[in-house]
Amino acid sequence: MTVIDDVLPGDDGQVHLRLYVAGQTPKSLAAIANLKRLCEEHLAGRYTIEVVDLQVTPQLAAGDQIVAVPTLIRRLPPPLRRVIGDLSNAERVLVGLDMIPRASAS
Amino acid sequence: MTDRVAAQDHGAHKAPPLQKTPTGIAGLDALTFGGLPEGRPTLMCGAAGCGKTLFGITFLVKGIEEFGEPGVFMSFEERQEELSTNVTSLGFDLDDLVARQKLVVDYVRLERGEIAQAGDYDLEGLFVRLGHAIDTIGAKRVVLDTVEALFAGLEDSATLRSELRRLFAFLKAKGVTAIVTAERGEGQLTRYGIEEYVSDCVILLDNRVIDQVTTRRLRVVKYRGSSHGTNEYPFLIDEQGITVLPITSAGLAHEVSSEVISAGVAGLDAMLGRHGYYRGSSVLVSGSAGTGKSTLAASFIDAACARGERALYFAFEESAAQVTRNMASVGIDLQRHRDAGLLKFEAARPSLYGFEMHLARMHRDIETFNPSVIVVDPISAFRGPSVEVNATLLRLADICKSRGITALFTSLSSSGDAMTDSERNVSSLMDIWVSLADVEANGERNRVLSLLKARGMNHSKQLREYRLTDQGIEMVPVYVGPEGVLTGTARAAQEAREREAERARQDAVANRRRVLELRRIAVERQIAELQAELDSEEAEVTRMSEQDEAHAISRNADRSIMSTLRGDL
Repeated sequence: MTVIDDVLPGDDGQVHLRLYVAGQTPKSLAAIANLKRLCEEHLAGRYTIEVVDLQVTPQLAAGDQIVAVPTLIRRLPPPLRRVIGDLSNAERVLVGLDMIPRASAS
Repeated sequence: MTDRVAAQDHGAHKAPPLQKTPTGIAGLDALTFGGLPEGRPTLMCGAAGCGKTLFGITFLVKGIEEFGEPGVFMSFEERQEELSTNVTSLGFDLDDLVARQKLVVDYVRLERGEIAQAGDYDLEGLFVRLGHAIDTIGAKRVVLDTVEALFAGLEDSATLRSELRRLFAFLKAKGVTAIVTAERGEGQLTRYGIEEYVSDCVILLDNRVIDQVTTRRLRVVKYRGSSHGTNEYPFLIDEQGITVLPITSAGLAHEVSSEVISAGVAGLDAMLGRHGYYRGSSVLVSGSAGTGKSTLAASFIDAACARGERALYFAFEESAAQVTRNMASVGIDLQRHRDAGLLKFEAARPSLYGFEMHLARMHRDIETFNPSVIVVDPISAFRGPSVEVNATLLRLADICKSRGITALFTSLSSSGDAMTDSERNVSSLMDIWVSLADVEANGERNRVLSLLKARGMNHSKQLREYRLTDQGIEMVPVYVGPEGVLTGTARAAQEAREREAERARQDAVANRRRVLELRRIAVERQIAELQAELDSEEAEVTRMSEQDEAHAISRNADRSIMSTLRGDL
């Protein structure tokens, strides 16, 4: 279950997200579910989610400077943004990823 | 995972005697009696610039090089390149160790501004990284350099605290010996109070400036399950890495030797009663400027090296080359001993470090060079509170004693006879005190040596004049008499007077002898005359008695003739 590739890459408005988790903990599962729901709501059709389980591939943790899990990283478009936590606070996720203008978020 | 770790935690305390992991840092292992608690984290805290990172790196590098234990350095502050550069001057090649798979350096970058928090999180990512690094190279040692950076980088300190607790349990479960560094905080050991979680061993580093001189100090605050030195110990960071000086490990239980070694000056040996200093004793040579303290020290060293022993010369006022040149002018060739590797100079300005640092440096030099005699020239160069100077010298003397090293300290005393404070304090530490004085009289100065004390020796109480000749120090007997101590030309004049008096006395004796002889001749003549008189009288008496006898015979004859004539028949 390491990588879930959703929908077309290459588009201009494409958002490439990578979610780091560690094992099938309740927090991990919650984060994955929350992320999918948010993306469907706000980025339908123009996002990619890659889930990395560090229990399986621990060598990837250092490369992206992962300390806390779950960590969500927006790889594209630049700049690189990161959000930590189980993503239960939707508003903070959207602000953190800079996916929606702050005005409309409130 | 938490439960498993907790179980492990409990089990650890039932375990048989605490195993220790040597740090490879000289002195620290001595004062902790073996090193850090094996398989447990140790907290090392101190303000910025105390050397926490360096302690950590030294711990790892020594672990790899001396004990074959790979290590992981997790840095929250510096990148690997920066770390490598910083420790290159200590002779540590981190890049090489990394390439040889003996060391993993993991730089953890946390930038609060780049991280948004949305919901609960944990530090499993860090655990995974650490666990992966440990497993990759089979690490036995781990250093987390300022783990408190997490508090600056992440929100939600309640989560962080519980995660840190779990981190330390995780380290224990991994069985690695860890050093966790932390910044010193106000009113507590660390800024975020993480000493609460790391409770097995806590070491405090300090960097204090007194009188513009910085001294680094280290203290083992606690060490669960082990005794340890409790004092503050100075430590030193220089091109040879970290040296900790365990002072109180030097007790008063050292062995003593009755072997005597030469002071290097024949006359002085004779004054000492046992023909030299006891091996392992501390000798103080005090005197005013220009009395030849260094020369006496050099003579001592020259004698030691000539016996094939190793000598260490700590020079605080002159460079090695200068001492060597100056001593050559009084006929003491130190260069040949330096060439032979028997003599080593360590020259430094006293103001370069605090006493503690000097002491630590000297201690290390003694450890590495392993000399049988040392010279500290001069101790008076150390300026500061006499209590500290005294303590420093006491420890140096103890270090030497415990190793059976004969130490000679020179001390510049101020002009005049008054003993300075530091001199008085120091004197009680010394076994032998040689005082060199400059006696001024009759418009000239003369050098006079005396022994103020020599423990365990029936030493000469005499003041002796000495000269610095091109053959070294030469002792001259000093005139001591009712007129006081006379030296130089006064002594020569007095000696001339004494010679005169002696001659007169000898003349008088000869005269008396002549008179006596004449008298003996006269008496003998008288005796001879009386004897002759007696003899002649005796002869007379003999003659008379012979005549008497003859008369008697002739009378008898006459009588018989007469009887015949009468016809008595």
